[in-house]
Amino acid sequence: MKRSDEFPQASRRTVLRSGSALAACMVLAVRPAKATPDEMKAAIHKVIGEATIQTGKVHLDVPPLVENGNTVAISVSVESPMNAASRVKTIHLFNEKNPQPNVASFHLGPRAGRAEVATRIRLADTQTVIAIAELSDGSFWQDSAEVIVTLAACVENM
Amino acid sequence: MARALINVPAKAKPGEVIAIKTLMSHIMETGFRHSSTGDAIPRDIITSFVCSYDGAEVFRADLYPAISANPYLTFFTTATKSGPMTFEWRGDNGFVAKETAEIVVE
Amino acid sequence: MSRQALMRLAHFSLAVLLVAFGFAASATEIPLSERKSGYEFMGPQSRAMQDDDTANPGMLSVFDGEALWNAKTGATNQSCAGCHGDATQSMKGAAARYPAFNASRGRPLDLEGQINLCRADRQQASPFAYESRELLALTAYVARQSRGMPIEPTIDARTQPFLDAGRAIFDLRQGQLNLSCAQCHDDQWGQRLAGTVIPQGHPTGYPQYRLEWQSLGSLQRRLRNCLVGMRAEPYAVGAPEYVDLTLFLMWRARGMKFEAPAVRP
Ligand code: HEC
Ligand code: HEC
Repeated sequence: MKRSDEFPQASRRTVLRSGSALAACMVLAVRPAKATPDEMKAAIHKVIGEATIQTGKVHLDVPPLVENGNTVAISVSVESPMNAASRVKTIHLFNEKNPQPNVASFHLGPRAGRAEVATRIRLADTQTVIAIAELSDGSFWQDSAEVIVTLAACVENM
Repeated sequence: MARALINVPAKAKPGEVIAIKTLMSHIMETGFRHSSTGDAIPRDIITSFVCSYDGAEVFRADLYPAISANPYLTFFTTATKSGPMTFEWRGDNGFVAKETAEIVVE
Repeated sequence: MSRQALMRLAHFSLAVLLVAFGFAASATEIPLSERKSGYEFMGPQSRAMQDDDTANPGMLSVFDGEALWNAKTGATNQSCAGCHGDATQSMKGAAARYPAFNASRGRPLDLEGQINLCRADRQQASPFAYESRELLALTAYVARQSRGMPIEPTIDARTQPFLDAGRAIFDLRQGQLNLSCAQCHDDQWGQRLAGTVIPQGHPTGYPQYRLEWQSLGSLQRRLRNCLVGMRAEPYAVGAPEYVDLTLFLMWRARGMKFEAPAVRP
């Protein structure tokens, strides 16, 4: 575990320490190098190639309003019989405004049984999150959601 | 060794679809942040996770900096036979962590 | 936006708060039956994270602490377990009684202080730094054994002066904003401050996993954050004032359920 690295010297953690944490937090919240919707499109294109994406089948579950963008619970489920003839192969997650559009790709084995995954993600700002499922027949399906991040994420000084 | 929490049902029936939850301790430093002195803090994240069971890879994830600190992943698989499930996380700076969990299928 | 700009913004929102709510000069205590843990001010997502041990990242430290509890160390080559045995039995309720009076020091110690005392005196090993991974882990492990138990620090002739000192800090208007802890946590709880709900400020869940910190942190860290927010000079790390304040906060939360390691936004 590397978490202790955050506090190399206990004696120096006073106002300064809180100040630097605030600065670090700020970078997360308002860093200039943000991905753009175009970059997200490019990242999606890389995954799906020339295929078209249909809307449906995928259900993206993410709270519309989150208390802290550092840890946002998100889950994706896809309607599918999940058998040898028809199943979900991959679920991709993208976001619009983090510095990088990719969030994660989940590859489900043939024995997955249910096309459902959950994780926790960081959202630097209020933005759209997109989930895209790739099915065994080569089709792509998507769902998207708008998440509002309350900026009170930055409160190490509060 | 990095610490992980793994939740796999101890017992399942053959063919039963089971939920697996994993939580791994890791800072997931994005590589996009700067220290108070202005230096870029280098990226240090977990980039991949694999769960194998009964001779096959049942779930794999590619992770990016947008995954929260202490990555949490839940997914499903079908119980086939008793034995170990293995979990492997890999990441920047040669990070490797492996865990196993036993399941009884009957 | 620069850091200064953000500071100004935070400052501004505080000023707005001051004007909007019109702080009373002296705060009134919250009736016992109206007390609420910070848990009750959180959204369902954060609550779920705290409630499920396999989803609560604070549990990673609890398990680290368990390993440290059983590890032999120091000049005496003793483990915590060597003296205290099974923590699930011997440490049950201990954290809910801290800070507790320590005769050799002539003052109350918080849980971190007691653990470091055992480490220095009983194991003859060097004490852990405050906020170090090890101290947080051991504290979290010991604290976990009190989950669900009522908070009940011992107030008697020996601890009373320290409780009074803690209360005085809580009521003291300090910092550039001339605010007291009580003005926010007794008088304005439930109101929003720059998007964040002001909780009653109970110490029920420490050490705690804060999503903002993305790690486990101590009550002292939280208290320092509040002091900095008040534009007051925080006490030095490990200063006795934090222990007095903690004793007062634990007394103020007496009877409430201990919930470490809690999750907060
Ligand atoms: C050599 C024996 C010994 C060892 C080793 C030891 N302790 Fe202790 N501990 C004691 C004694 C004796 C007390 C009673 C209070 C006192 O006098 O300090 C105590 C008290 C405590 C208490 C307060 C319990 C209560 O109910 O108030 C805690 C918490 C504690 N120890 C934690 C630890 C931890 C954590 C470790 C390992 C880092 C540890 N101890 C190692 C002997 C030991
Ligand atoms: C300007 C208002 C304000 C003042 C003054 C203030 N706080 Fe806070 N405090 C807050 C807010 C807001 C939070 C919650 C932050 C969050 O969770 O995001 C908080 C959180 C806390 C918590 C954490 C509660 C929990 O559930 O974990 C404690 C304890 C606390 N404060 C104690 C204090 C003490 C002691 C002082 C005085 C030294 C103080 N506060 C001064 C606004 C204030």
